Amino acid sequence: MNRELFLHGIRQAIASSPGLRARSALPERPQPPAYGEGRIGQFTGRLEAHACTWEEIETLDALPGRVLAWLDERRIERRLAVAPPLGGLPWPEGVHHHSAPAGIDESVAVSLAFAGIAESGSLAMYSGPDSPITHNFVPEFHLIAIRAEDVCDSQEGVWAKLRARGDMPRALNLIAGPSRTGDVEQTIQLGAHGPRQVHVLLVRAKGGKS
Amino acid sequence: MKPLRGTFDSRSAKALADPSLQQALRNFKPLFVAKRAAAVAELPDFERLRDTAAAIKDAVLSELDVWLERYAEKVESLGGKVHFARDAAEAREIIREICRKAGARTVCKGKSMVSEEIGLNEALEEDGYRVVETDLGEYIIQLAKEPPSHIIAPAIHKTREQVADLFEKNHPGRPREESVAGLVNEARHALRERFFESDVGITGGNFLIAETGTSVIVTNEGNGDLTQTLSRVHVVTSGIERVLPTLDDLSVFLRLLARSATGQDTECYTTLSSGPKRPGDPDGPEEYHVVLVDNGRSKMLSGRFRDMLRCIRCGACMNHCPVYGAVGGHAYGWVYPGPMGSILTPLFNGLAENYDLPNACTLNGRCQAVCPVRIPLTELIRTMRNEQVKAGLMPASQRRMMAAWGWVARQPGLYRALERLGSRMLRLRAGRSGALSSLPGASAWTDARDLPAPQGPTFIDQWNARGGDQ
Repeated sequence: MNRELFLHGIRQAIASSPGLRARSALPERPQPPAYGEGRIGQFTGRLEAHACTWEEIETLDALPGRVLAWLDERRIERRLAVAPPLGGLPWPEGVHHHSAPAGIDESVAVSLAFAGIAESGSLAMYSGPDSPITHNFVPEFHLIAIRAEDVCDSQEGVWAKLRARGDMPRALNLIAGPSRTGDVEQTIQLGAHGPRQVHVLLVRAKGGKS
Repeated sequence: MKPLRGTFDSRSAKALADPSLQQALRNFKPLFVAKRAAAVAELPDFERLRDTAAAIKDAVLSELDVWLERYAEKVESLGGKVHFARDAAEAREIIREICRKAGARTVCKGKSMVSEEIGLNEALEEDGYRVVETDLGEYIIQLAKEPPSHIIAPAIHKTREQVADLFEKNHPGRPREESVAGLVNEARHALRERFFESDVGITGGNFLIAETGTSVIVTNEGNGDLTQTLSRVHVVTSGIERVLPTLDDLSVFLRLLARSATGQDTECYTTLSSGPKRPGDPDGPEEYHVVLVDNGRSKMLSGRFRDMLRCIRCGACMNHCPVYGAVGGHAYGWVYPGPMGSILTPLFNGLAENYDLPNACTLNGRCQAVCPVRIPLTELIRTMRNEQVKAGLMPASQRRMMAAWGWVARQPGLYRALERLGSRMLRLRAGRSGALSSLPGASAWTDARDLPAPQGPTFIDQWNARGGDQ
């Protein structure tokens, strides 16, 4: 149906309720939470509550070693889909990594988050050339690096970061833990369609190269 | 979907006699209620957020045309296409056309109540597409060829054994799985290829953001994300009432939704989608369509049921409803069960055809007490009953009984005499036990439980005996 006609129907419905259009003032919203010095503690606490594991690393340069150690401990093959900004890190010889979108058999992805949310322990992934969306959902194991300075108190902090950048990505994925379902007898089971495990690498150093 | 056959009466009688459904309902109920209560208790701002959310929705509804226009313009500036569907038939036609143009074979779907509302699956299957529901609950009921019985847990009526039977029958060559982990894993494997071969991916839209031209879905499984990312064409289906002004408004609703729905502080995945794949993007859909569905909503906007348009489809009302808890969702006969369905279904499908729904309610008010957007559900149900009476839909027998009672109630002497007589007879019949296990004309009550007999003089007699004011 034509947009004008469609909206006209809605306009008529509003007009037929006297005084309705005058009630359009938006309310004041409650302040989002702020954690001050406790921001990182809140963030990692929520990560754990959502069944993520996490560790701290000093700089991004330490990432390849820690990622491989995590995989080796779990006897997971060293075949990785790696976000383009992390592809140039010092990966050892013989580690098979690529930056293309995830294929159907992709097992491991390593990504860099745009932001973190302390309130809910979520990681915000900004889709684009630096961050394929399929890396977030197809692999069984998802390792996500996030700079401590990019952890915001709340979602509202992420919105502010987006506005400062002036643009929304095509997809902004907020991730809070491994994929799960309660659809069989309300029993929570991890690894429904997306990753079975999510491991977060919190990068302490300010700035740093990527 | 087409309304189920029968009446609420006949369907609930069947539900009460179904032992595996009763088992499933006994399992689910305490879980949802306790998890919501715990999640809400952890958030001191919860009540204020409810007020704010209701006020945001009211403000948006009063200028819905303006917000929809802004939203649509923003989506189109990002290269997306917004379609406007006046009713279910138009919505189906728009999506069929998108699939035709895309030369689609496989259509994957994330959970979308609007797509159930407009009967999309049947239409696409008729056209020969392979339609695959990817939410595990929806997948289970698609295999069972049944409608959803809960808006966020569509297969809540199925026991683990029933799911195991379905999978064994539909996944030939795989050994039977019995454990929850095994069944979830089996579905993961079965659906993986479907995601990768999907041509058109259809999802719902929990929220639409005018500021950024964004559609938002929340899921725990990640199925909606795989659906919309791996398909060449992404179609969002959404009711017109889902639009919000800004991302900050969205945050208010996200804090309420997961807590009210599943008792989580957040769902696992919250995804904000804005337009199709951009130059340089390695993945994502090449086309992005939003189908805005009216289907009777603008009519609600001008009437006595406008508050119902605040609904964010969390399911808290049905999780807390004793009637839903006893008979499950199929008894309600259509897509939307429980208290919200008792209002929406008659509005969408007719007051006369759904006479039973608003009447199958005890007006206990639990739904209204937990609704995150403070919809006055019991008041709306009462209003719906009034509309039915005004439309002359109340059955003649009920009308005669109400008229007789009304006449007696206007003769105080007669009313009190009859009350005394009735009270005495019930006491006599009950004898020393003080309860009646059967009573002619009231077997609907006494078949399931005893009726306590009145214990002494009537209220008015006691009031007078104690010298109460007249």
